[in-house]
Amino acid sequence: MSGSVLLLCLLVIGVVAYWLGRMRANALAGAKLSSMHSRSSYHGGYTFVWSVLPALLLLAVWVSVSPTIVETTVARSFPQEVLTAAQSAQNLEFGIIRSIARGLTLLSSSDAATLVNGTGDVRALLSAKGVPLAGDPKPYMMTAALELNRLTAISQWLMTVAVIALSLGGLFFSLKAIAPKLRARNRVERVILGSLIAASSVAILTTIGIIASMLGEASHFFSMVPAHEFFFGTVWDPRFAAAGAGNSEGQFGLIPLLLGTLYIGLVAMLVAVPVGLFSAIYMAEYASPRLRAFAKPMLEVLAGIPTIVYGFFAMITVGPFLRDISAQINGIATGNFQNFIQAQSVLTAGFVMGIMLIPYVSSLSDDIITAVPRALRDGSLGLGATRSETVKKVILPAALPGIVGALLMTASRAVGETMIVVLAAGVAARIQINPFEPMTTVTVKIVNQLTGDLEFTSPQTLVAFALGITLFALTLCLNIYALYIVRKYREQYE
Amino acid sequence: MTDFTANGPLPVTASPVRRDIGIKRRYAAERRFRLYGILAIGFGLLFLALLIWSVVSKGYTAFQQTEISIPVEFSEKVIDPQNKRATDPNVLMMANYPVLARDALAKELGVDLSDRVALKELNTMISNSVRVQLRDIVLRDPSVIGKTVTVRVLAEGNVDSAFKGQIDLSVPEKDRKINDRQLGWIHQLAEKGDLVKAFNTGIFVNGASSRPEAAGVGVALIGSFYMMLIVLVLALPIGVAASIYLEEFAPKNRLTDLIEVNINNLAAVPSIVYGLLGLAVFINFAGLPRSASVVGGLVLTLMTLPTIIIATRAALKAVPPSIRAAALGLGASKMQTIFHHVLPLAMPGILTGTIIGLAHALGETAPLLLIGMVAFVADYPGTPLQPATALPVQIYMWANEAERAFVERTSGAIIILLLFLLAMNIGAVILRRRFERRW
Amino acid sequence: MNMLSETAVEKVLERKMTNAALKMSGKDVCVFYGEKQALYNVNLDIRENTVTALIGPSGCGKSTFLRTLNRMNDTIDNCRVTGRISLDQDDIYDPSIDVVELRARVGMVFQKPNPFPKSIYENVAYGPRIHGLARNKAEFDEIVESSLQRAGLWNEVKDRLNEPGTGLSGGQQQRLCIARAVAVSPEVILMDEPCSALDPIATARVEELIHELRANFTIVIVTHSMQQAARVSQRTAMFHMGLLVEENDTDKMFTNPDDQRTQDYIMGRFG
Repeated sequence: MSGSVLLLCLLVIGVVAYWLGRMRANALAGAKLSSMHSRSSYHGGYTFVWSVLPALLLLAVWVSVSPTIVETTVARSFPQEVLTAAQSAQNLEFGIIRSIARGLTLLSSSDAATLVNGTGDVRALLSAKGVPLAGDPKPYMMTAALELNRLTAISQWLMTVAVIALSLGGLFFSLKAIAPKLRARNRVERVILGSLIAASSVAILTTIGIIASMLGEASHFFSMVPAHEFFFGTVWDPRFAAAGAGNSEGQFGLIPLLLGTLYIGLVAMLVAVPVGLFSAIYMAEYASPRLRAFAKPMLEVLAGIPTIVYGFFAMITVGPFLRDISAQINGIATGNFQNFIQAQSVLTAGFVMGIMLIPYVSSLSDDIITAVPRALRDGSLGLGATRSETVKKVILPAALPGIVGALLMTASRAVGETMIVVLAAGVAARIQINPFEPMTTVTVKIVNQLTGDLEFTSPQTLVAFALGITLFALTLCLNIYALYIVRKYREQYE
Repeated sequence: MTDFTANGPLPVTASPVRRDIGIKRRYAAERRFRLYGILAIGFGLLFLALLIWSVVSKGYTAFQQTEISIPVEFSEKVIDPQNKRATDPNVLMMANYPVLARDALAKELGVDLSDRVALKELNTMISNSVRVQLRDIVLRDPSVIGKTVTVRVLAEGNVDSAFKGQIDLSVPEKDRKINDRQLGWIHQLAEKGDLVKAFNTGIFVNGASSRPEAAGVGVALIGSFYMMLIVLVLALPIGVAASIYLEEFAPKNRLTDLIEVNINNLAAVPSIVYGLLGLAVFINFAGLPRSASVVGGLVLTLMTLPTIIIATRAALKAVPPSIRAAALGLGASKMQTIFHHVLPLAMPGILTGTIIGLAHALGETAPLLLIGMVAFVADYPGTPLQPATALPVQIYMWANEAERAFVERTSGAIIILLLFLLAMNIGAVILRRRFERRW
Repeated sequence: MNMLSETAVEKVLERKMTNAALKMSGKDVCVFYGEKQALYNVNLDIRENTVTALIGPSGCGKSTFLRTLNRMNDTIDNCRVTGRISLDQDDIYDPSIDVVELRARVGMVFQKPNPFPKSIYENVAYGPRIHGLARNKAEFDEIVESSLQRAGLWNEVKDRLNEPGTGLSGGQQQRLCIARAVAVSPEVILMDEPCSALDPIATARVEELIHELRANFTIVIVTHSMQQAARVSQRTAMFHMGLLVEENDTDKMFTNPDDQRTQDYIMGRFG
């Protein structure tokens, strides 16, 4: 039985177990329900857990471990020259064997027989079934594939028996354990609590996964390209990955990408901060309830629009507009209608990203401004200060730490933003200071390096992970610092 | 003791000399400050309007497609000149169907079939998709060979653009995608009523195509649907379970503090990092197929989880402690209290947060690029394990196409995406309005 | 003992002051919060260089009336005021009256001490700074020092003027807020239960201060405590359910009130 069918079986056994457990508990209780410690449904739950959970764990372990055991067993019978070959070559060979083994199960028995006795064309037959082979099969592979299939079948059969046996065993054990004094509810609740804890560990696991996977791949990269060349290199020129060969030619300098990221982020913040902050102040301090009820959700719509849409807007509307207007301005000023703003430029990408960030700035600062106690506002107004004086001299200084935190969070968004820069910033990795020229960012290069064919052995692919960990570290620092500031700020007024 | 107030009105004090406290200057500053605020809000709203207008004005035409009705003669001479179709099934598959359409169009317009230049120009007016369309007609019913049937074929993208008036006719003819003679033909056909704009179902159902007129978001919609399903099925229970633990059970110590910071941070990690995670863990390590929606779904699940956890915890926190106390006081266990009372009361808030998280996931592009969803997929994926693409990724791919007609398609796809998001957000608002409880 | 003799002196003073001129007066003042009416046709005079206490049970409208006197109600959405309130001869709700200027003349001290999160010096200098009352550092220093001295806080804080005002004790914070109000040199100071968040010792200190301030300012104080009203004020107004029940000299009010409700309230029969 395959894993999924087995899973279904377990579920059926579980349902039966629940029903049996309930029945038994009801029978034991008789007319006096209060003689039982727990309600009968908890006894049902108790039998369910016993019959499903251990079997499920066994199934999971078996499925993840057995292929490795089977494959090492098969590999022991390989000819000498294969066993002594390099690891990567061995992996390649094993890949072919796996494909053959998979293909054999798809073929009709007569076709399979022709393959086994060596008369059929393995490649042609298999590719007709949609199983392409990466290389020409060697004679020993057929035996290995057959062995692989045989062992896999045995393993599957054993697994089925073991899992079902464990499940039924659990069922009988728990049924016998049902007694008036059994604290079934407490036991079931403990299992539920365990699963709740498991669920909250997903968040931790994600972070660990991010760090481990990126560090792992990035360390491969740093074994090919020295870390100082990456972190302090000023030239980005990765060349193309030559298939198969791990050649480390090309230069992987982070600096131009980092500068581009920061420059575009800076332009974005220059747009988003004043607009967002003034919007927030106006909403919090001046706007009538009606204007607020209309304008606040409208501005928040800007945050709900996917970034790809902003990217398209930048590429199709804003970029060409800036280019044409610059040509006009240049023409009026000098008579030469040559545009001085490129369609893809730091300005285009930064400006559009700034618009995207407006709602982040405004809603974060709005929260923070409204968290300033009313008493401070009244104190200032009661002394005869105007509203704007109150805002400038009392509220903003009081809210400053919180606002700084909000701006840092926004900056981290700007640094990690991808789609707008992919479509509007350009791909030229250069170090320059003209905002009208294109520059590129870390995120753009991650996308560039990882779309198309991937070769997990070449630095051209792996550099993306080095870029990724840099980006992650950068945003992590910004976020944690910002969270810290904001938390401190909130405590102050709570 | 006499009552002093009864002694008649008291004298009223005189106003003291007015102090100069700079009222005029200060009110000018006040007005300036307010103006900045109004300008800022206006700026934001202006660009929201501009963005929507830009997309809609470029995209609404994508929902109409120019079609040409022509009587196609399924001539045996062209389809099966050697009459081998009974023995070789490939003949009908490989036949030169576009020629049939071209000749039919030529006849319709009265163009001389020996004028090779004209024929070539005619050929470029009909979409390449005609090959599949006519082939399917013949394969379904081979008896059609030799007969003449009126078929509605898609006009080529440039014809479509020209007919919708999107091609600038002031550009010199040689720089234009469509020349004057072709324009004449378009008018001729349109006057006869053979060339019409019809509602474009293709954009909703077709898969990827290199020809704009035949390209659609069908595959992308299915891919996105699979992914949303996976996100919903995984992220909602895990997120709710995690929140219940953190909010109701977890002791307040450094570990839970760490988890708290960790979740807040995960919510702010750039989405592209999740793409790298998916690539390294799900594809490279676990060996799941590239371009499959299951990987996309898993990546988006991890991405959405923090949002759902944060929303759920807020919803749980909003349930007043008195409810918990009441249930506990009746002898309910903590678990029963939470599952019978707290969770149902928090449900509207949780669902609202989930919908918003889903909407975010639906519009996410960057991580999907990294796990290979940038794929040319023409066939519907039957399972989440098969290659698919996603709506925003389809938009990205079309945005990179050079042709004018693809700009229209891209905008059209964006409109579809925005409509989905709008529907989801309206759903969330309705949910919140209807079930929101104020304590 | 000592207290007794002091009150005796006070009573002599009072008799002189009750003939003082009218500083502010309310005529037919009604206040509405949306649909709800909070004050009904209140007529009340505030005399110059006098402490007028507003008393009454919670929710009776005394704080609302106080806030109409410098238009702090303007900051509350959907609050509406009718009737006439005058300062000297001018109607303060007249469109020609500027609210900023009004509040510079009628200052306010709030229930909870609300120093700005700035230094002690900056807290006091804030008013003069926004109103441009001083031209240079020396003038500011002088205003800050004299205000703190008037608030009886100078000796306690003169060595730490640059420390944040939020670091002071509750009573000191409230005196800082009084100093902040005094620094603008208003004509009237409104105090909204200024001692309700303070301990008895700090309360006594603030009451003493109110006493001293009477020489230069007209003071209106809302208080919950009858004893406080009796101790600090010369005139008392009793509010009940949005109505002004009685307005009288304080000692008359507390010994022989005209109105039965006042009698009941003072005797502690409701409240």
